[in-house]
Amino acid sequence: MTDQPSGRSADSLTDRVARATPGAVVQRVRGLSDTAIAWLFISPTILLLLAINIFPLIWTVYLSFTNYRANRPGRAIDWVGTRNYERLLGNEDIWGYLQATAHFVVWTMVIQVFIGLSLALLINRNFKGASFWTTVILIPMMLSPAVVGTFWTYLYQPQTGIFSYIINLFVAVGPVDMIGSVDLAPWSIIIVDTWMWTPYIMLLCLAGLRSIPEYLYEAAEIDRANTWQKFWYITLPRIMPFLMLAVLFRGIENFKMFDMVVELTSGGPGSTTEVASINLKREAFEKWRTGYSSAFAVILFVTVFGLGNIYVKALNKVKQ
Amino acid sequence: MSAATTSSATTRAHSVVETSARGKWFAGLVVVAYALITLIPLVWILATSLKSPPDSISYPPKVIFEPSMEGYVNLFTTRSRQTAEYIENLGPAETWYDEIVRKRNMVIVGPSRFLDRYFNSVVIGFGSTFLAVFLGTLAAYGFSRFKVPLKDDLLFFILSTRMMPPIAVAIPIYLMYRTLGLSDTALGMILLYTAVNVSLSVWLLKGFMDEIPREYEEAAVVDGYTRLQAFWKVVLPQARSGIAATAIFCLIFAWNEYAFALLLTSGNAQTAPPFIPIIIGEGGLDWPAVAAGTTLFLLPIVFFTVLLRNQLLRGITFGAVRK
Repeated sequence: MTDQPSGRSADSLTDRVARATPGAVVQRVRGLSDTAIAWLFISPTILLLLAINIFPLIWTVYLSFTNYRANRPGRAIDWVGTRNYERLLGNEDIWGYLQATAHFVVWTMVIQVFIGLSLALLINRNFKGASFWTTVILIPMMLSPAVVGTFWTYLYQPQTGIFSYIINLFVAVGPVDMIGSVDLAPWSIIIVDTWMWTPYIMLLCLAGLRSIPEYLYEAAEIDRANTWQKFWYITLPRIMPFLMLAVLFRGIENFKMFDMVVELTSGGPGSTTEVASINLKREAFEKWRTGYSSAFAVILFVTVFGLGNIYVKALNKVKQ
Repeated sequence: MSAATTSSATTRAHSVVETSARGKWFAGLVVVAYALITLIPLVWILATSLKSPPDSISYPPKVIFEPSMEGYVNLFTTRSRQTAEYIENLGPAETWYDEIVRKRNMVIVGPSRFLDRYFNSVVIGFGSTFLAVFLGTLAAYGFSRFKVPLKDDLLFFILSTRMMPPIAVAIPIYLMYRTLGLSDTALGMILLYTAVNVSLSVWLLKGFMDEIPREYEEAAVVDGYTRLQAFWKVVLPQARSGIAATAIFCLIFAWNEYAFALLLTSGNAQTAPPFIPIIIGEGGLDWPAVAAGTTLFLLPIVFFTVLLRNQLLRGITFGAVRK
């Protein structure tokens, strides 16, 4: 062991010795090889995911070609070919559920991008207390969607709820029955989702805004660009990747939305808010049509997987 | 001068569009107004948890009311209705909560299941978080430091498992757990939440580990540490804050999860989220009890959100966006 001043030269000596030593010897001295460590570290995660994600996935695909019913485990399983898929695509109600889902996804994204981007632009003006209020705005996003759905049913009570009461402070329309009315129910879930998830879009837009180098605006200033031109030619293109990322992620999440909606409207009234996941739950765990619902699940998988692929590409783009 | 301005320009985001004082004032006003509107539902729930049941369903809604602990008492107890004479014959109430309940002609017959459900949430939350972070730390180190064949594909595979719609995965998992005897057990839920969270954990921790300079470990190896020792004694301490942030994100997910808990648990391992909505069934329209349960359930999350505010962006983008 050398003392402090000569430590540097001793290191380089060790280096030289290390380089001169044959690999096999190093391995024996240093314990496990790098490849061994890499696989030792990574494989538990992969194995767990294979067991709890991939194996069930393959099972779903298999079940989707059978007439299996989970509430009758003893019965023989018959192979029915593509009949479940034919039934599914021939079922007109399915299009209704997908339409309800699309209505929810499209409107939540449009509204949230508008509000989220506006908020981000305002917060970026760095007024006093901006970071404190940003944190306050972020809170709803972290809460449990199911519990949020539950307490919004209370806020939405037509007679006694605060939502209807506040609406009536501005326009006297009488009790507003958000959950019970066929026209308003689709908007009741959109409002709650907007309350919860606008901060997500806002946060990513803010990250985008902060990534724009200042010289771009300086250059635009020299070229006498006006505020609108600066927004259109500098700000918007620069935050686009971040906005895309946010919309893709939230779009996928809302496409599979289950917990908040099930607690808020449970698909009603009638089936006005019966989004895909709620219908899937009904078919699989109330009607116990396991084969048929597995076919529906496979279709949802494929859709989400396709969107997920695009999402990961967007993720990697933002990373660079 | 020019060097100084460029360096500050890159770190400090465009203050070149230096907003006028009036512009800032307007921005502040709108943002604060939005934040206050956002808070209304939460404040209302907190207030409702402190109302008496009649106050909670009064018309118009009561903004000013006499605080009552009835919601919390109802949340933690089961009660039975008795005749007025029966209650009079009981003698004076021994505790404050007995007194509240007796005013409604009821007596407490025992604890409710809320505490069990809350405890289940804690056990399953911490158990799955520990496992997900443990596995995630190892895998993230593997991906961050070594040449792994098909690295990008494996990372995509890991992330894609998180995107599966829970209800769709729940069908075969329900069947699998039934066969293995894991339905309605804490162990089953811990394994399931670990599998969901490990993807987030790997992606986040890989980001944190990529930021730790390799030179530290290399120096340690030169000093005679083995790779494993270098990982244990050099990398892990450096990654500590990243690991803590990841753990909180995993904990929040497990705490909030509802779909799997609803379908795979019932009497034994049920967590709080599927339980809170059905509190209402126990005593008619008992909104204060639901609000009390909601408040106790959400408070830890509000606390963690404030704690994590600077890491939030990272957490919600799987580590892709850092600041």
